[in-house]
Amino acid sequence: MTDTTAVPAASVDRARLARWAQDYGVYAAVAALVLFNIAFTDNFLQTATLRTQLVQVAPVVIAALGMAMVIGSEGVDLSVGSVMALAAAVLPLYIGYGFWPAVLVALLVGALVGVVNGTLVAVVGLQPIVATLALLVGGRGLALVFADGQLKGITNPTLLELGTGELLGVPYTVLIAGVLALVIGFVVRGTVYGRQLVAVGGNRAASALAGLPVKRVLIGTYALCAVLAALAGVLATARLGASDPSAIGNLMELSAITAVVVGGTPLSGGSIRVLGTVAGALLMQLVRAMLINHDLPDSSAQMIQAAIILAAVYIARERRTR
Amino acid sequence: MSQILTTPAAPAHPAPVERELRRERLAGLAQRHGAPAVLVLAVLVASVLFPAFPTAENANGIAIQSSFLAIVALGMTFVIITGGIDLSVGSVFALGGVLAAYASQWGPVPALLLPLAVCGAIGLLQGLLIAKTGMAPFIVTLAGLLGARGLLLAVTDEGSTTYLVPKDSAFLEFGQGTFLGIGYPVYLAVLLFVLGAVLLQRTRYGQAVFAVGGSPDAAALMGLPVARIRVLTYLLSGLLAGFAGVLNASRLSSGVTILGVGMELDAIAAVVIGGTLLVGGAGSISGTLCGVLLLGVIQNVINQIGTLNSSYQSVVSGLFLILVVVVQTFLGRRRRRPR
Repeated sequence: MTDTTAVPAASVDRARLARWAQDYGVYAAVAALVLFNIAFTDNFLQTATLRTQLVQVAPVVIAALGMAMVIGSEGVDLSVGSVMALAAAVLPLYIGYGFWPAVLVALLVGALVGVVNGTLVAVVGLQPIVATLALLVGGRGLALVFADGQLKGITNPTLLELGTGELLGVPYTVLIAGVLALVIGFVVRGTVYGRQLVAVGGNRAASALAGLPVKRVLIGTYALCAVLAALAGVLATARLGASDPSAIGNLMELSAITAVVVGGTPLSGGSIRVLGTVAGALLMQLVRAMLINHDLPDSSAQMIQAAIILAAVYIARERRTR
Repeated sequence: MSQILTTPAAPAHPAPVERELRRERLAGLAQRHGAPAVLVLAVLVASVLFPAFPTAENANGIAIQSSFLAIVALGMTFVIITGGIDLSVGSVFALGGVLAAYASQWGPVPALLLPLAVCGAIGLLQGLLIAKTGMAPFIVTLAGLLGARGLLLAVTDEGSTTYLVPKDSAFLEFGQGTFLGIGYPVYLAVLLFVLGAVLLQRTRYGQAVFAVGGSPDAAALMGLPVARIRVLTYLLSGLLAGFAGVLNASRLSSGVTILGVGMELDAIAAVVIGGTLLVGGAGSISGTLCGVLLLGVIQNVINQIGTLNSSYQSVVSGLFLILVVVVQTFLGRRRRRPR
C-alpha cells in the first residue's frame, strides 16, 4: 500500500475512533474500571462496598442531572453547592412542623434561588457564570446566617429513615437518584419542554425567532436545577443525620460539572446526555474509590481527577466544530 | 478601548443624536467609574457610622488585608479582558505559599523562585491547553484548581505538614517588614498595579490583550499572535497568584495549607465590580483595585459592627456583585443599542 492511500484511511479511522470515544467513551471507561476493580480490589463485589459507592454518588448524580440541563441550555450553574447548604440550613428550622413541610420548604427555597438565577440569565441577560457566582458566594453565607453557623442534629425519624433506610435492599437515596435519572431522561427526550430546552441551548436567537418561550424555558431550567440541588442537600443532610451548612455541598458545583462534562455533554449547549451524566458521576466515584482502596493519597486522587476532566473535554472538543 | 463605542456619529440630526450621545457617554462614565464612586461612598458612610473606621491603623489593616487579593485579581483582570477566566488562582495562591515556606529553609531566594517557577509552570500549561487545543478556559482552569490543590497536598503529606519559615530568615521581611508604618505587601501590590496598568495600556501586549478579548477572530486576521497572547496571560495570572501566596506565607511565617479556597471567586467578583466585562475586550486595572478595596471595606465594616458574624460578609458581597453586574448590564445595553 502506498502512502497516499494509507494516510486518508488512517485519518478516517481516527475520526471514527474519536466519534466513538465521544459517544461511548464514558461507558467503556466505567466498564473498564468495574472490571479492574473486580480483578484487583479486595471485597469490591460485596454488597456493602457497592452500596457505599452508590450512596456516596447519589447526591452528586442528582445535582449533576440538573447541571446537565443547565449546561444543555448553554449555561452553567455554580450555585448548586450553596443551594444544597441552604436547603440543609432550612431543614432544622421547619422540621418542627413535620417531615413533609420541612422538605417542601427546603425545595421551595431551592426553586426560589433557581428562579433568581434564571431571571438574571434570561431576563437581565447576565452571563450564567456571573449570575450564579453571586448566589454561590451569597447563598452559603445566607445558609450560615440561617443556621447561626452551627451544626444542628436531626432527630426527625422520617428524615433519618430517608437517609439510612432502604427498599428491597436498595437505599432510598439511590432509589431516588435512579428514578430522577429516568424522569429527567424522559423530560429531555419526550416532552415539549425538553425539546425546547435543547433548541434554546443550541441556538437561542433562532429559538426566539421560531417563537419558543426562551425566557420561560431558561428560568424553568435553572429552577429545576436548583430544586434538584436542594433535594440533594436534603438527602445529604438526612444521611449525615445533621444539618451542616458550612460543609454540605462544598465544591459540589465542580463535581457536578465534572460529571456532566465527563459524560459527554458539550459545554457549548444544545445537547444533553442524561445517561452519560450518570455514568460520568459513577466514573469519578469509581476512580476515587479505587485510588483510596489502593492506598493512593487524596493528592494523587485530585490530580488524576484533573487529568480525567482534561482528557474528557479534549475528546469532546471536536464535537463543537460539527 | 471602550471609548471607541462613544465616538461621535455623523452630525446629520444634531439635537436628538447629541442628547442620545450625552446619555450614552454618561452611562459609559458610570460603567467605567462606578466602582470608585461606590468606594468613596462606602468609605464616607463607614467613616460617619463607625468612629473606629477612619483611623490610620484601620486603613493600614484594610490595605494589608487587601493586598494579597489585589495581586491575584490583577492577573485575573488580564485573563478576563482576553475573554477567559482563571478558576485555579485560589489553589495556586495556596500552593505558592506552601512552596515558599518549604523552600525558605534554603534562604529567601529559593523561597521566592521555587513557587514562582511552579506556579508559572501551572499557568503556562493552562495557557497552552487553552490556546493550542481550543478547550474552554473554564474547564481547563477547573482542572487546574484540582491539580494545584492535589500538588499542594502531595507536598504537605496530605495537608498534615505545615512548613514554618525559620524565625531568623530574611524571607520574613517580605511580608512583615514596614516602611513609614505601611507594610511591604501594600507597596508591592501598588507597584505591581502601576506596572500592570502600564503593561495593559501602554504596551503592544496590552493592546493585543484587548483585541483578543474583543474578537479573537478579528485579532487573528489582523495578524496578532492570539495563541501567544493567551498563553502569556495565563502565565501572568499564575505567576501573580503564586507571588501573592509567597507574600502571604512570609506574612504568616508559614505555609498554611487550607488557604485560598474560594479565592478565585473573590478575585472574579473584584474584577467584575471594578467594571471589567466578563465577555472580554474591556476593563481597567484601576477598577479592579477599587473592586478589591470595596470588598475589603465591606469586610471591615462587618467586623466593625461586631454583632454580625462573618457569614454576612459573603451575603453582602454576593448582593453587591449582582447589583453591580445588573447595573453594568443595563448601562452596557444602553450604550450598545445601535449595534
